Amino acid sequence: MLKFIIRRVLGFIPVILAVVLFTFVLARALPGGPFDFAGDKSLPPTTIANLEAKYHLDWPQWKQFTSYMIGDELTFFAKKFKVDNQNVYVSKGMAVINGSVYEMDGKTICREGEKLVYGGFKVFDLDPEACGSSKGVLRGDLGPSFRYRGQTVNDVIKVTFPLSLQLGTMAIMLGLFIGIPAGIIAALKQNSIFDYSATFVAVLGVSVPSLVMAPVLIWIFAVNLSWLPAASWGAKPPYLENMFLNPGFDWVNYFTHAIMPVFAMGVGFSAIFARLTRASLLQVVREDYIRTARAKGLKESVVVFRHALRNSMIPVITVFGPLFAAVITGSMVIEQIFGLNGMGKHFINSITNRDYPILLGVMLVYTLILVSANLLVDIIYGWLDPRISYD
Amino acid sequence: MAVAELSQQGIIARKPRSLLSDSVNRLKKNKLAMVSMMFLLLMVLAAFPFASLFTSGDFAKQDLMANSALPQWVESTAIGRVVFSIIMPNNYENYVRYSDQFPLGADDLGRDLWTRTIYGARISLSIAVVASTVSLIIGTIYGLISGYIGGTVDNVMMRVVDFLYGFPFIVVVILLQTYFKALAKHGAEGSIGQVMVNLNNAMGGMFFLFIAIGLINWLGMARIARGQALSIRKKEYVDAAKAVGAVDTRIIFRHILPNILGPLIVMETLQIPGYIFLEAFLSFIGLGVNPPTPSWGIMISEAAPAVRSYPNQLLPPALALTFTTLAFNFLGDGLRDAFDPKMKE
Repeated sequence: MLKFIIRRVLGFIPVILAVVLFTFVLARALPGGPFDFAGDKSLPPTTIANLEAKYHLDWPQWKQFTSYMIGDELTFFAKKFKVDNQNVYVSKGMAVINGSVYEMDGKTICREGEKLVYGGFKVFDLDPEACGSSKGVLRGDLGPSFRYRGQTVNDVIKVTFPLSLQLGTMAIMLGLFIGIPAGIIAALKQNSIFDYSATFVAVLGVSVPSLVMAPVLIWIFAVNLSWLPAASWGAKPPYLENMFLNPGFDWVNYFTHAIMPVFAMGVGFSAIFARLTRASLLQVVREDYIRTARAKGLKESVVVFRHALRNSMIPVITVFGPLFAAVITGSMVIEQIFGLNGMGKHFINSITNRDYPILLGVMLVYTLILVSANLLVDIIYGWLDPRISYD
Repeated sequence: MAVAELSQQGIIARKPRSLLSDSVNRLKKNKLAMVSMMFLLLMVLAAFPFASLFTSGDFAKQDLMANSALPQWVESTAIGRVVFSIIMPNNYENYVRYSDQFPLGADDLGRDLWTRTIYGARISLSIAVVASTVSLIIGTIYGLISGYIGGTVDNVMMRVVDFLYGFPFIVVVILLQTYFKALAKHGAEGSIGQVMVNLNNAMGGMFFLFIAIGLINWLGMARIARGQALSIRKKEYVDAAKAVGAVDTRIIFRHILPNILGPLIVMETLQIPGYIFLEAFLSFIGLGVNPPTPSWGIMISEAAPAVRSYPNQLLPPALALTFTTLAFNFLGDGLRDAFDPKMKE
């Protein structure tokens, strides 16, 4: 088992690299750049050129990619100097000093008081936050954001990921807790009124996408009935660690805000789970070993839960891969509609903003989630069905 | 007695029923599936040939003096007032305006919601047909070749599928579509690129959607087709065909394909709601068809922010999207039950 997991995790590496490379190349192939502001916000060409140089956008792509992956100081094409503990990168007659770009025309950089000076002129304020270079993805630094000044992608993800994670987890939980029991009841009472109504509601559930469900819920419960708040859950995301440690955590407030987004996303999942559980349980209860278990005189609950349910869960588990993809698309829709400050919203904004580092960073997180979901599915398979061996 | 005599005597009144006619009969008995099929047929007729007959015909025409207007019948009829007092917020009469040009009202740019909803069906229905056909064709051919040839070729082809399966496709589609959209906006280099961009613009942005959605959904189909081909190529009639000297292409297309196509089409029908959702989702996040071409996803994304004041703008696209996917789901379930009765039980 361990060998299998290690092999699979090693197998992730080419997939992740391929995704990052693909995203990187495609994002930079997009017409338009991150600093093309339209109208009166537009910047003079020199400023754009300087900004692009600061973020290495003037480099050839392979250099940009190497620098993105392993960081500036490890790449051989950007020479690094130390001037009074300030990192100065020099390449092709340009110097990048803590995020500001200077042309090197034979003059020297030195330090005067609290400022670095260049050829006698004051060139920049000591501003370590605004540094344009990163340590590289491999060392866990996703780089600076182009649009959110002074914020790194790590900062953005740190703030937005917990909310998306909570939303997705709760939606999947809702799907499991409603869908599987409903599927079991429908299968055990086949052709009863329970079965028909559950099947019908489930078809309805898979037919209503979250982008219809979300505004409809707002319309009914927030506008017409005024029972629930429509937006503002994300104003200050209650992080998971605070929830359990904070004695004064306002659970009621938390759930009144969370219930509509979670429901809008999760109701489709519960319908999928219900349909699959019903279909697969119906097949399993006709197997010989179920008849044997009944013939042995086992209690019905033991037959259903220990013998039938476990085996019927195998096809249900297969949807977990697509399910996580649905969580990701769902989070983009739900966060947009409910105004939540989650990762999906930033992903979409980063595309229109051409904020490549955020795009790449969020993409990387998504890829990690999806490949680990696939691994998780395989592991659960092995646990549910001991005949599957991975070694 | 021989069969011929029996049929002469009228004991066997008709031809023996084939498997296909059995399945069709089963399908005909499924009322929900038949109603869904009728609904979809009506929808196709309404959206394609007859769209301009009972709509204003111009989905892009704006009347800025009537933006977000409610239809006149809401004010003038009692039913309208009752229905809209349920739909709308309590104080809606204080801020809405009415216009008699629009049967279902206008959106916030003063465009006719009814016309846009009907024309929006074109996008969803085209995606349903084209994306599923593309993925069916690519997946079936790929799976057939892989399963039929077997051995190393099969191994390599399936490893490719496995590798692609591990790919987070939804994000790849988003990126591809971003790229295509940017290409369409700024113009492409090279003649092929320009031809594609022109084609895309002529289709209101649908062409690139077809590519993005159709090209990535064939993987599942390829796996199923391969599994089916693997089991069928061991059958006696394939051996017989080989023995009389049939070439591989003939065996694949005359003997194997017809036998596996049924289940594959049923599978593909069940995927259609997913394609429709994907298109609506892409349009929702601004990566779908080009404005002002209407798509239900775009209409929902325009109506959602205004849902506090004008929930009536949300309903037409939301209901249309829901009923269409509902119909495809019922039809898909019905087809599966009819053509694969083992699944039903």
